[in-house]
Amino acid sequence: MNPILTIILKRLLIGLLTLWVVTIIIFAAIELLPGDIATEVLGQAATEESLAAFREKFDLNHPVYERYISWLSGAVTGDFGISLANQRPISELIGHRTANTFFLAGYAAAIAVPIAVVSGMLAALYNGSVFDRMLSSSTLAAISFPEFFVAYILILIFSVGLGWFPSLADVDVDTSLGERLYRTFLPAMTLTLIVLAYMMRMTRAAILNLLALPYIEMAHLKGIKRWRVIAVHALPNALAPILNVIALNLAYLIVGVVLVEVVFVYPGLGQILVDSVSNRDVTVVQAACLIFAATYILLNLLADILSIIANPRLLHPR
Amino acid sequence: MHNLSHHLRDAPISAWIGIIIVVFYAVLAIGAPLLAPFAESASVGKQYHPWTAPHYLGTDALGRDVLSRLIYGARNTVGIALVTTALAFLLGATFGLLAATIGGWFDAIISRVVDVMMAIPPLIFALLILTITGTSVIALILVIAVLDSTRVFRLSRAVAQGILTMDYIEVARMRGEGMFWLIRKEVLPNAAAPLIAEFGLRFCFVFLFISALSFLGLGIQPPTADWGGMVRESAKLISFANFATFQTATFGLAPLLPAGAIALLTIGVNLIVDWVLHMSSGLKE
Amino acid sequence: MTDLLLEMKDIRIEGRSDRQWKPIIKGVDLTLNRGEILGLIGESGAGKSTLGLAAMGYTKGGCRISGGSIRFDGQDLVGASDEALRRLRGARVAYVAQSAAAAFNPAYKLIDQYCEAPVKHGVMSRDEAQSDAVELYRKIRLPNPEGIGFRYPHQVSGGQLQRAMTAMAMACRPDLIIFDEPTTALDVTTQIEVLSAIRDIVREYNTAAIYITHDLAVVAQMADKIKVLLRGEEVEEAPAREMLSNPKQDYTKSLWAVRDFRRAPPAARQADEGPLLEIQNMSAGYGAVDILKGINLNIARGSTVAIVGESGSGKSTMARVVMGLLPPSSGTLRYDGSPLPKSGKERPRDLQRHIQMIHQMADTALNPKHRIKDVIGRPLEFFLGLKGRAKDARIKELLTLIELDPDEFFYRIPSELSGGQKQRVCIARALAAEPDFIICDEVTSALDQLVAEGILRLLDRLQREMDLTYMFITHDIATVRSIADEVVVMQNGVIVEQGPKDAMFSPPHVPYTELLLSSVPEMDPNWLTQLLKERGDAATQEPQQ
Repeated sequence: MNPILTIILKRLLIGLLTLWVVTIIIFAAIELLPGDIATEVLGQAATEESLAAFREKFDLNHPVYERYISWLSGAVTGDFGISLANQRPISELIGHRTANTFFLAGYAAAIAVPIAVVSGMLAALYNGSVFDRMLSSSTLAAISFPEFFVAYILILIFSVGLGWFPSLADVDVDTSLGERLYRTFLPAMTLTLIVLAYMMRMTRAAILNLLALPYIEMAHLKGIKRWRVIAVHALPNALAPILNVIALNLAYLIVGVVLVEVVFVYPGLGQILVDSVSNRDVTVVQAACLIFAATYILLNLLADILSIIANPRLLHPR
Repeated sequence: MHNLSHHLRDAPISAWIGIIIVVFYAVLAIGAPLLAPFAESASVGKQYHPWTAPHYLGTDALGRDVLSRLIYGARNTVGIALVTTALAFLLGATFGLLAATIGGWFDAIISRVVDVMMAIPPLIFALLILTITGTSVIALILVIAVLDSTRVFRLSRAVAQGILTMDYIEVARMRGEGMFWLIRKEVLPNAAAPLIAEFGLRFCFVFLFISALSFLGLGIQPPTADWGGMVRESAKLISFANFATFQTATFGLAPLLPAGAIALLTIGVNLIVDWVLHMSSGLKE
Repeated sequence: MTDLLLEMKDIRIEGRSDRQWKPIIKGVDLTLNRGEILGLIGESGAGKSTLGLAAMGYTKGGCRISGGSIRFDGQDLVGASDEALRRLRGARVAYVAQSAAAAFNPAYKLIDQYCEAPVKHGVMSRDEAQSDAVELYRKIRLPNPEGIGFRYPHQVSGGQLQRAMTAMAMACRPDLIIFDEPTTALDVTTQIEVLSAIRDIVREYNTAAIYITHDLAVVAQMADKIKVLLRGEEVEEAPAREMLSNPKQDYTKSLWAVRDFRRAPPAARQADEGPLLEIQNMSAGYGAVDILKGINLNIARGSTVAIVGESGSGKSTMARVVMGLLPPSSGTLRYDGSPLPKSGKERPRDLQRHIQMIHQMADTALNPKHRIKDVIGRPLEFFLGLKGRAKDARIKELLTLIELDPDEFFYRIPSELSGGQKQRVCIARALAAEPDFIICDEVTSALDQLVAEGILRLLDRLQREMDLTYMFITHDIATVRSIADEVVVMQNGVIVEQGPKDAMFSPPHVPYTELLLSSVPEMDPNWLTQLLKERGDAATQEPQQ
């Protein structure tokens, strides 16, 4: 078998194994709750019957591994059980919210990725220029500013000051795409600003490392035009690191969404996660954590696999 | 770091700005009871007092003096972040250095555990655990310290592994030196600069992380003054900002003050970190 | 033919470090005629590569040409536009780098990289370039010239890659090629093939060349004239034969003289004395695969045994086994008559004290954060229990012994020392343990020749004074000639031949030793020609036999 396939399969296997261990950790959370869940939720005054009914409803009478299996198989098909707090099916609670969250993350990524990659490359090519130095200082700001600081500044300028965009990103199932893009513009900008600098800096570093390699110097010494050196000699080799940067930042974006949703009161998965943590609604927390963690792990997996595929030494084995 | 004063003299302006910021915050944190004009969480005036004497930065919804709460916030937020980072470092660096030096199964097991922990985004992991433990300061410190120690582990292990491939380690091993001597005399002096820089970076991360949790209402709980929490409490005011007059404009700035305080400290620490990193890379040449 | 191709006048190049410009080349003149080969030699830091690249109007990042003029075929390169320089590079002046593996783009096949310059400079069409590549690959004696171009760089061996790069430089039939240490990273037996290929192809197309190297014997084979550089300044220049037979300057003479050092034979010893180190039927390796197979070796007290072999021969693995860092998979080791435990951890401290090792790279063998007094002091404390004043006094004695001023170096850190001084400190550290047996693992390979010779002389003196036994691992035959009493030749993990030095350097040899010894370049400018002729004769005779 082609060694690259072996490597990819191995990485896939490790990724899936990690995901599986993570499901166990998330599931174990409910087991670690101090005291009896039924009493905890219904309170000390609950009658024996209502406690029994509660246990029946949440399958608490079955052994742990059986519950784990039914929880996991449910989760795979999108059925996460019912909420501890209001006892409604979780999939109903989080279904459209999950879609909203992915919409927002995708929106931000669609703005951030092209800008970051292009400007990161420009900064590398014009290393030391004013543009490059501006980028360095903007990175400092981006890693130093809390997400909500960026968000409130944007609100102050574009919503309160100029009145161009709404400060609350309130959307529902019926909102049209255009309206949706307009209302979620500020949260998407916030996310973009947060990941943009990282992505630019990492792209810049990847290209700079590459440009210092002897074969790039060799290409210059062969009298190849500058743009061709970049496009033909540098870019194919930069693909792996850049793809890696993008996937890693998308993973980061998915998590960064949580805070931004809260600031803009956006009906997404992050917000319900935060609310459920306050209410200690463990089953909902589990579902949301699983979705976030799985997305994060899969994106990281994708990053690794992309960089394996883009490595010519592995692609053309001896 | 044998002559710090010498390094300080050569420090660039950016590093000096960083140092001044950090020292300023340290003074605020240590001298909070002396510097704050009012008590931390007592109601001392009417609601939403504008920015005039004696409440130079106004009062909040409960009539507490914002300036005093900001000053006490330095002590609480920075203090907790510092303790958490130190704990994360103690854990992460100890295990990282040990794993690199001992190697074998010890390294393999710890590295696998860390891999799994790092596979879950820290914020999500923290939220999951805080659901179980509830939101107390102790739980907060422990949870974040453990989560963050995985990053410290990765770095210190990688740094130590790099050092351990050097011939001088082989020389010491051939001499028959013990493991602790190796770590203390051969590895640590060379790992110091990257670890110091990492401490700064980790501090920023922990500090932002705690602020974020507090902002979500899951971190440091009221009435303790805390910047993240203060942003949360005053968040809604921003919509009422009106640039017609100075007084009404300041109203909208309420959430930006604590948020800006967070940002400024992080910038300061990052400026110092950049300088330390630059110095340590420069020494290698 | 005396038409001038390249003329540099009073060229000055500066490099930026610590926020200021420092001179690298301090006013050097250089002229080169068509078809002429100039050998540029000097030690590390002499500015050879910088000067070579300047012939293309190119400077490395962080460097600039600050003065002087460069005229290539009548065209001024210092003031030339980027576009003019670009048209020149690859088409009329080409470059061959030291590491072919790093200078080829890993993402493209060799032939694609070959064709790029001729097609982009408009010299040939892609099809013409491709068939031309096969032609040149054949001329440069690459195996399978039709097929090798369709491989990726990492699928081709180092020596072949270096030849493919020379072919690539030839693609546009340039007037001048800069060879920047093209064989330094190769083993001697591979080096021969590359050298002869380069020489033949350059002569065939009457291409002028600047051949940069630190190896005098190599330059003797390649160059028509030789220029010696020292710290950015020219020492002297002369036609090759004249320079080799009659150097004028003291510095050049000292470079030439390095190769003359010969260790006097050791004093006769009592015949009944057993060997200090005995290795019997030892095999060792990493994992399941043995790198060393069935090694038998005796090392007599007070002697120097040189272990010679090319990369991958297992000579460094042998050092690790003797040091106890790599327990052998089978066989026995005996030291001074009693068994030597396989793992260093099982060896008593006093036994470990007796066997010391000096590494190749003094840079990485010294902890950058330790002061010299601590480097040398630690074994004194660890093995001999010396403390306080007694320790300091002994450190100063040892520093004096290795010819460093004790007062000056006592408190220094390694970064404040030169390469040779660092290696001396490593020697002092080994001596501090008061050993009998020292393994020297390529201790002079990373050093310039003059410095290396100083280290060899020091080791020789110490051996006489302290009755030391050396196991001297090296790939350099000249070093073996200088210092060895006994020679052990290794190839692919086995000993192919061993014996006293004089016997080893006179025929008959086993075939590999013959190949190894004959491949070592000699100062005689006719050496390569003759060697190839001899080998060619042998090859044509063989089928008849």
